[in-house]
Amino acid sequence: MAIARSVSKSASVAQPVSESAGPKKAAAKPVQQVTAAEMGARQREISVSEFFTKNRHLLGFDNPRKALLTCVKEAVDNALDACEEAGILPEVTVRLEVVSNGEPVAPSQASRFRITVTDNGPGIVRQHIPRIFAKLLYGSKFHRMRMSRGQQGIGISAAGMYGQLTTGKPVKIISRTGPKATAHYFEVQIDTKKNEPLVHENKQIEWSQPQGTQVAIEVEGKYQKGRASVDEWLEQTSIANPHVRLIYYPPEGEAKEYPRTYHELPPSPREIKPHPYGIEFGMLLKMLQDTKGHSVSGFLSADFCRVSPQLADEICKAAKVSPHMKPRDLKGPAAELLYQTIQNTKIMAPPTNCLSPIGERAILSGLYKQIKGEFYTAVSRPPAVYRGNPFIIEAGLAFGHRPEDQAKPKQPAMPKAEGEDDGTDSELARVIRYANRVPLLYQQSACSTFKAVLGTSWKNYGVTQSRGALPGGPMVIFVHMASVWVPFTSESKEAIADYDEIQKEITLALRECGRRLGLFLRRRERAASEFRRRNIFELYIEEVVEACNRLKGGTLAKEKLKAQLHKIATSRTGGLKTDEALGKTGAGPEGLPHSIIVTAEGVEGEIELATQVQASVVPAAPTTALSTAAPAAPKDKKGKASQTSLSADRGATDKKPKGKSAKPGKHAAPRGKK
Amino acid sequence: MATKQKKTTSVEKKLISLADIVIAAADRSKDPTFAIPIRALSNVSFNERKGLIEMGSKKQARSFFNVGMAKKFMQTVLVADALSELQRADLTTSLREIYYRTKHTIQDSHENTFDTQDESDPVIEDLEVSLAALREELHVRAENSGSIVGPVVFGDDGDRVDCAKLGKGGYSVPSIVEPEYLEIRRCTADFLLLVEKGTQWNRLSEDKFWRRYNCVLLTGNGQPPRGVRRLARRLHEEHKLPVYVLVDNDPWGYYIYSVIKQGSINLAFESQRMAIPKAKFIGLSSADPERYELPRNVGIKLNEKDIARAKELMNYQWFQKPAWQAEIKRMLTSGLKYELDSLANKDFQYLTKKYLPRKLKEKDWID
Repeated sequence: MAIARSVSKSASVAQPVSESAGPKKAAAKPVQQVTAAEMGARQREISVSEFFTKNRHLLGFDNPRKALLTCVKEAVDNALDACEEAGILPEVTVRLEVVSNGEPVAPSQASRFRITVTDNGPGIVRQHIPRIFAKLLYGSKFHRMRMSRGQQGIGISAAGMYGQLTTGKPVKIISRTGPKATAHYFEVQIDTKKNEPLVHENKQIEWSQPQGTQVAIEVEGKYQKGRASVDEWLEQTSIANPHVRLIYYPPEGEAKEYPRTYHELPPSPREIKPHPYGIEFGMLLKMLQDTKGHSVSGFLSADFCRVSPQLADEICKAAKVSPHMKPRDLKGPAAELLYQTIQNTKIMAPPTNCLSPIGERAILSGLYKQIKGEFYTAVSRPPAVYRGNPFIIEAGLAFGHRPEDQAKPKQPAMPKAEGEDDGTDSELARVIRYANRVPLLYQQSACSTFKAVLGTSWKNYGVTQSRGALPGGPMVIFVHMASVWVPFTSESKEAIADYDEIQKEITLALRECGRRLGLFLRRRERAASEFRRRNIFELYIEEVVEACNRLKGGTLAKEKLKAQLHKIATSRTGGLKTDEALGKTGAGPEGLPHSIIVTAEGVEGEIELATQVQASVVPAAPTTALSTAAPAAPKDKKGKASQTSLSADRGATDKKPKGKSAKPGKHAAPRGKK
Repeated sequence: MATKQKKTTSVEKKLISLADIVIAAADRSKDPTFAIPIRALSNVSFNERKGLIEMGSKKQARSFFNVGMAKKFMQTVLVADALSELQRADLTTSLREIYYRTKHTIQDSHENTFDTQDESDPVIEDLEVSLAALREELHVRAENSGSIVGPVVFGDDGDRVDCAKLGKGGYSVPSIVEPEYLEIRRCTADFLLLVEKGTQWNRLSEDKFWRRYNCVLLTGNGQPPRGVRRLARRLHEEHKLPVYVLVDNDPWGYYIYSVIKQGSINLAFESQRMAIPKAKFIGLSSADPERYELPRNVGIKLNEKDIARAKELMNYQWFQKPAWQAEIKRMLTSGLKYELDSLANKDFQYLTKKYLPRKLKEKDWID
């Protein structure tokens, strides 16, 4: 406003003022007075789209790199939401292409990209297409209390508008609702003043896909790999959504495929009504106006969950409101009293079957597929409630290096000089955060999950941790919050707000993961120390025998002495018992539910999951010879998963399952690649 | 020469006996074990009659098939091997060279036999004690870090060394001063003054204090090495020189004096040969600042370590004499320690011209 005033300085409005105050004063202090009428004339509506063009950082379009990611994210979120709601196992293709006029530009230098996201979802009815993609705050998800990736109805249209603002190109959509229907092609833009779609092109076309939707947006952006990149986001998406088959064509290099490792759709989340504890007073007023109920008690029991007619009557009584009063007539202090009464009444927690957690097995499967480690575990907490919104916290953990990776750096056995040590890496854990299955990449330190990770005493579980820092070690910590309404700290959905209830649940889940990790580490440590014990003697016998031989002037029966000492060593270290401690007898991971342990000998724990990963390679890459020989872990003494493998005996069969599990990893950008 | 040859063989025999222990144990399927006398306060006692710290009979077993000891055991055998090599070649060497000689990477691993010299030094001491062989007999040299000046003549490798004609630098005391290596040909001094610090020794040597008072000046630059202690003991024993010790007035100075007098805890087994029970503590005493009017501001506040160490000293059996208890208590009460150098506050030559002459005249020392 201040600017507006000074701009209108030359206007004639100020005249009467300067006359009365005298010219001297006006010269000294050129205050411009504006009449109420003048000011009123300047007031006008701001369209949401205009607001957005000025405040695009609020929605995650702050810089070109982030904008590119946000566009991909919104398109993929929409695709997945649509598929899941329609009960289709999602298959999503993401294509990032450099757009250049004339000469080819290297992706790292390019500033314009075309993002094309194709899904196999239900498609969109023709009439809705323009508004879905070119009208802000239009959508199906905002008004429902239902768990979904998108919440506000801003995402995809905002991405389209960003493209329009930066490149002037319309959003191109192809959609087909079934094999019998025709495919429609649209080019739409947004009228930023009216927040209404402008359809540029609308025709029926031939499309190779029987069903689904394809969105293409051209945007200004910057492609850069590494932290918070499109690549990382897709990789993390694949971890939390193992039921999705994701194919990614990056601007350069080979296509990456994230295969489907979990062949069940997550149970469809149910829609619920709001819980009385979760609404604000203003919201209550609005609901009172909008309700279809004819009485206050009817309104309470029909429009909220967990409010029975009896309870509604009780509330009315306590608030001194007639239960038969028309909701529309309830205003002012009476309404406020009703609101207070509701908050003070004991009401059952909201139902939690509206949530669709990823599930421990699916998390395990996702982590196992994408992250090379030696220990995996996953925990799903029971549902809990914050401000009347039910939510579930899930946590997972992948730890360590695969045995085959461990073996590598050991090769150059350089003699160590004084003061040199093993050069142990001071790697810190990586936290991957999700809200309703969507990875969160920005504002890590503002996020409740990250604070919970920092607040957990990882030292108790055998992991190093400096004061106020992440735990150390090769570790990935996975945290997922599923809720009908995830409380983000901003519209760009980057960090989860720090509610006590949420923080507590995250902490509990992390502790359980930590406890299992601790068990695993201790078990491994015990085995290693036994191994070391035996090793030490074997190592030193040689030295001792050689030295004795020299002392005796080279006249010693060396071999005899060595054999004798070896014999003592074996009897002293408990022979078979050590083997048992070393896990060579094939005992499973006791006391470690929902965990996978990878050792040099094979995989133990939830082996079916591990084998599922291998099985999924077959459709994905049928040419891979090894993939047909997918024997379950030979260690699986339960014999659940090992039947199929017996036929395909190629000599390599017994060559431990992780050899093959590494295979899908190759296609799917393993963590080590970066 | 004949005697020397015989001695070498006996040490070598002792070293070879270690290999025999291993072989014999292996033959009987037993864990090879060495018994090593414990070198700690718990295993020493103060023999009041002799005025010496003596080593007790407690031993610790070092066995091969024990995770905690396996490496030490292996190191012991390696060092024994290196020492026997020295014997055969009739060479002397330093602790550091032994460390390098025995250090190598164990086959098929990245483990080194020794990582630092801190690991090999104690093993050598262990062997000295358990084989009852002196370090010199093992042909291991300590560093030369002592100087001597005064009316004494040595024969060193056939050279005549007259310590009265070596200017102010004096003669550098070799680490091995056994009669076979260093011969004391003549000594006309009246007493021996052992100074803790090289700087004060330089002061006295420069001022020719030894000429005026007909004494031998000896320093070990801090805690005197074996060579210096052994030489002092030989001069004391063979030429009946009374020994006076001049150290800083702090707990560490007191301990240096006690090591010279009674022997050290770590090398208690060598007290027999090195200790000088009749040595006297001439200064700096905690009574001196008052007596010699040293201003308070040249003192240094005792830190926590100093105080702890002083209290520890008061508990040692050989500091139980009333004079010593009073001495240490006085220091603790004053809360200050004084360096010898602080005497320079009065005059650069205060030590030579006033302090020592008065001390000697008043026979002001503690036994």
